Amino acid sequence: MLPIFADVHDTFWFPKQASTFAPQVDFLYDVILWISIIFFIPIVIAMVYFMVKYRQRPGYKGSTEALHNTFLEVTWSVVPTFVVVWIFWEGMVGYLRMQTLPSDTEDVKVTAKKWVWSFKYKNGAESDKLYLQVGRDAKMIMRSDDVLHSFFVPAFRAKRDIVPGRYNYMWFQPTVEGTFDLFCTEYCGDNHSGMITKAIVQSEEEYNKTLALLAKEPDDIVERGKWLYERKACKGCHYAGTEGAQGPGPSYNGSWGKPVPLAGGGEVVFDENYVSNAILNPQGQYRKGYETASAMPSYKGQLKLEQIEAITAYIQSLQSAEPPKK
Amino acid sequence: MTVHDTATAHHDDHHEHPSWLAHHFDDAEQQFDSGKLGMWLFLVTEVLFFSGMFCAYALYRNRNPEVFEFCSQFLNEKLGAINTGVLLFSSLTMAWAVRASQLKQTKILIGMLGATLGCAAIFLGVKAVEYSHKWGLGLLPGKFYRSQLENPVHVDNNYLYNLCIVPMVMLIACALYYVYALVTASKFHLRVAGPMVVAAACFFGGVGLGNYLESGEGHSEHASSGHHGSSEHGHAEHADGAHDSAGHGTEEPAKAKLSLVSVDNSPIHDVLVTPAESVTPQSNVNQSAMAGLFFGIYYCMTGVHAVHILGGMLVITWLIVKASREEFHSEYFGPVDNVGLYWHLVDFIWIYLFPLLYLIT
Amino acid sequence: MSVVTSPVTMPDKSQDLGKEDNYLTHTSGFLSWALTLDHKRIGLMYLAGVLTAFTAGGILALMIRLHLWNPNIDKSQAWLTNQQYNQVFTLHGAIMVFLFIIPSVPAALGNFLLPIMLGTKDVAFPRLNLGSFYLWICGAIFFLFSLFATGLDTGWTFYTPYSIESQGPVVAATMGVFVLGFSSIFTGLNFIVTINTMRPPGMTWFRMPLFLWATYSTSIIQVLATPVLGITVLLLAAERILGIGIFDPKLNGDPVTFQHFFWFYSHPAVYIMILPAMGIISELMSVHSHKGIFGYRMIAYSSVAIALFGFLVWGHHMFTSGMADVTTIVFSALTFTVSIPSAIKVFNWIGTMYQGTVVLNTPMLYALAFIFLFTIGGLTGLFLGALSTDMHLHDTYFVVAHFHYVMMGGTLVAFLGGLFHWWPKMTGKMFNDFAGIVSAAIVFVGFNLTFLPQFVLGTRGMPRRYASYVEEFQQLHQLSTIGAMMLGCGLLVAGLTLLHSLFYGKKAPMNPWGGATLEWECQTPPPHDNFSSPPTVGDPYDFSGIEYDPKSGGYIKKKK
Repeated sequence: MLPIFADVHDTFWFPKQASTFAPQVDFLYDVILWISIIFFIPIVIAMVYFMVKYRQRPGYKGSTEALHNTFLEVTWSVVPTFVVVWIFWEGMVGYLRMQTLPSDTEDVKVTAKKWVWSFKYKNGAESDKLYLQVGRDAKMIMRSDDVLHSFFVPAFRAKRDIVPGRYNYMWFQPTVEGTFDLFCTEYCGDNHSGMITKAIVQSEEEYNKTLALLAKEPDDIVERGKWLYERKACKGCHYAGTEGAQGPGPSYNGSWGKPVPLAGGGEVVFDENYVSNAILNPQGQYRKGYETASAMPSYKGQLKLEQIEAITAYIQSLQSAEPPKK
Repeated sequence: MTVHDTATAHHDDHHEHPSWLAHHFDDAEQQFDSGKLGMWLFLVTEVLFFSGMFCAYALYRNRNPEVFEFCSQFLNEKLGAINTGVLLFSSLTMAWAVRASQLKQTKILIGMLGATLGCAAIFLGVKAVEYSHKWGLGLLPGKFYRSQLENPVHVDNNYLYNLCIVPMVMLIACALYYVYALVTASKFHLRVAGPMVVAAACFFGGVGLGNYLESGEGHSEHASSGHHGSSEHGHAEHADGAHDSAGHGTEEPAKAKLSLVSVDNSPIHDVLVTPAESVTPQSNVNQSAMAGLFFGIYYCMTGVHAVHILGGMLVITWLIVKASREEFHSEYFGPVDNVGLYWHLVDFIWIYLFPLLYLIT
Repeated sequence: MSVVTSPVTMPDKSQDLGKEDNYLTHTSGFLSWALTLDHKRIGLMYLAGVLTAFTAGGILALMIRLHLWNPNIDKSQAWLTNQQYNQVFTLHGAIMVFLFIIPSVPAALGNFLLPIMLGTKDVAFPRLNLGSFYLWICGAIFFLFSLFATGLDTGWTFYTPYSIESQGPVVAATMGVFVLGFSSIFTGLNFIVTINTMRPPGMTWFRMPLFLWATYSTSIIQVLATPVLGITVLLLAAERILGIGIFDPKLNGDPVTFQHFFWFYSHPAVYIMILPAMGIISELMSVHSHKGIFGYRMIAYSSVAIALFGFLVWGHHMFTSGMADVTTIVFSALTFTVSIPSAIKVFNWIGTMYQGTVVLNTPMLYALAFIFLFTIGGLTGLFLGALSTDMHLHDTYFVVAHFHYVMMGGTLVAFLGGLFHWWPKMTGKMFNDFAGIVSAAIVFVGFNLTFLPQFVLGTRGMPRRYASYVEEFQQLHQLSTIGAMMLGCGLLVAGLTLLHSLFYGKKAPMNPWGGATLEWECQTPPPHDNFSSPPTVGDPYDFSGIEYDPKSGGYIKKKK
């Protein structure tokens, strides 16, 4: 047997059936395939047979009649009509099933941007691979940061575009444990073909363990500060790098220990007190030049003291570099 | 000039063909029917072409009715109404021209075509005032849009002068042509040059009229617009989008200022993001992502329409030349008839544009 | 093989045809071609143009296939960088769609044949016709600019917001599309008017050759759909230059609106591509079977039906975009309506051979290859029209294979068949039939080898527009690449056969195949004015009196 017939695929046509949608999609596919073959083979047989039987040869004279046959013409118009109505109906039923969200789902927030995937789970854990629990309905709440993308796991037979400016939803229920390819299928620029990750389906026990591990804060204090910076929405406004666009808030980088001019006049030093005040009571001391930025919410009650310390340590670690020019 | 010229150069045997009948047509009726059907098909494509923009208009008005209400107040409906009247009148003169061509009344035909051309020029003159006024105010499409909260806004007329350069050159050229016609005393040239001079002058008539009306009551009306944009944002997503793009709003006006020569230095762009303002619905509307979109649609629709007016002026001029040669008669008036159809369509589209853009309340 | 016909040298080459006056020798000199109003010369110039565009697009296609020989996960081993690959497939799509397939049959063959088949001297508006050709040239120059400026990497669909952000020369490309759109509109307009008003006495609608029915249906689509594309690309250009925000989510616009606008044209455009091909096949099947077309009226009606239904199905390109469920389902239902008239045509073509006298020459073999390939293309459309299977197959190689079976296996193969069929009429030379048959066979095998594996790639989940892929897909990709090379060779043989005939071909008789339509009653090559006296119009598919005449090597009509 040729190697292409016997690789990792369970059947000649399809990858493994790994979701509840798969058997249904494959069934419809197989039926259409057989219908197609049933139409195609007679067409080809007739074509070849006529080619041979009525070929031009000495002594043979074809007719120029037989231009019309109402019965045949009606038949080959009506029969296909019934067939395609059935195909349409089956496709619609399957589609509606994919579209009807079950009530109790495990929600995952999917963010697609050039050219990475990011998945955020209920407990706040984040990952670049998609972790799923076997036998549990999972709902993807998807948005894009830049251009069009599309979420596709062939093994699940599930696909949906991710359109910037709106949320798109999809759901599926993985039925088999294992690791499956997750592709971006809407062209999104240079590294479109690199926008591949894995969907990892685990048992309930393993899944919960993975999520807990993903949600655990790192031990190292600076690492923990960075981890919090990325998850507590600081990253949205405050920039920590050295080049590129600045957010609406003051940049972290290179600020530590420097004097901070205040909006009401005067200065304070950028130190532990300043950071702690800015997190817990942001409206207390507006930095000059940032009065008009949309108000930062207070983190009072949301961050523990030791978490604030970790963020402080992280900001302190960023002072080596020059602050980016505005 | 005509198909026939090149064709009969090779085929002198078609003596039965009159000069105005192209060699590949059997008779005048076939030629006329072909031209007419072709023109109707072309008009269908024109309607479809505009329909794309009408679709975009409908979609975004449906999504953001408050934006359209807010922005429509910056359009001067008096000027719009005058232009509507001018175009309607030009349709009348065009229809009359078709009649005159059938009856071989050459003088009336040239007069009516000239009148149509003049109306088109008035229309463009008024449009030039409207455009330049809006550019001065920063009512620009998309990312170039500048907030309109600051009051009073300084109007700069340099744009108008710039817009008038080409028509001025045209006027001078037409006048010279007229002088040439007078000198040579050629009947043909006089017939062509007369309407052209009048039409070129009409443009400045339109500019004067527009300027008078626009400067008379431009500002006070715009300033009293505090209560607009009161409808709420039903969709959370919109508010989000608005905030995201506020970032753009702050940067873009500065850019626009650089690229557009003589904008005054009032600190309009700072107003955009003051915290107090940023929560009112009006300031949501009054930014490039919202109002800029309206003006994008406005300039696209009226701009493409104006291009069609220009195209119409070109073919009407061509008709005047043909008419001056007395080419039209009861068996051959297809070109006048077809240009007439085109001109009515261009008017017709304006009749839709006027209420859709100017009369939103 | 690009420049099969060199317009400037043509007249001199055909001097040896004798003293008889034909459209090639009527006048000479560069300007007599550049400013010609003769539909036949315009058709030939289009032919040279579209074949050049096809060669360029074909070379880009081979580059794509060669690049995909390896999975390219290790970028240092890859032949093209990702950016280059994206530019190559973008230009391949844009050139093939806008410069080749859309003008191929209607503008090149249609221009040449339509007035002759109709028995008229020219199209209704000869100057407009020349204008269309120069618009095509102008559009081609814009594309050429995009090609050499490099960096057009949006895909031929120009989806927003990527096309707004992309660094490539998107505005130049969209202007090219805009101009080409108007070229296409004016051609369609011209043909509709010609067919409506200039049919000679006796040629009723149902005495028109089916090629004209197909061209007429195509023209309706060109006139009604293309303006929407025009305004769409104009708005896209405005979006890039002015940032008006209609399609830009950052400015509160909606990318899906762009998709609706775009496909409202571009789906009917698919029928602009396939309908004239179907018209060619109707002619070829009947002429080379020496028997009237089976179910003439059904074929004629089905062309019109396809043109009309074609306007209602654009939504099937957006099943996964997140349209409302009702919209999605309605579009799916409408999509299936198009399949019926297509199926009817296939059955009728087969029926045409029944009891006929089938001659297996080059044009006929291309026609038979068309039926085989188009049937596969049509049937695989069922998988994509059904919603639940489309959720899996959308934007995979299954779609790529499907539309290549329709566009290339369909339109290109029909175009080649038509080109061989009417080549003697156009040039006055017979080609080597054996070489033509060889080319048809290589093209047929190579084509299937290229695109059958892609169906399997698609169902297994290989997404389209990927510069690199996971390793398990490699064997199928390599099969496909081998097929593509073979296909390229087949096309080369076809091109050389035609080129060879120009110089060494025998003089063609008036009616080499025994056709009954009017072009075969016209001198070969046709004179400047086509017919010296108005032809008598009969049944275009009445083959009863047409018999082979060994003296001239062609067929002649025996008086009853």
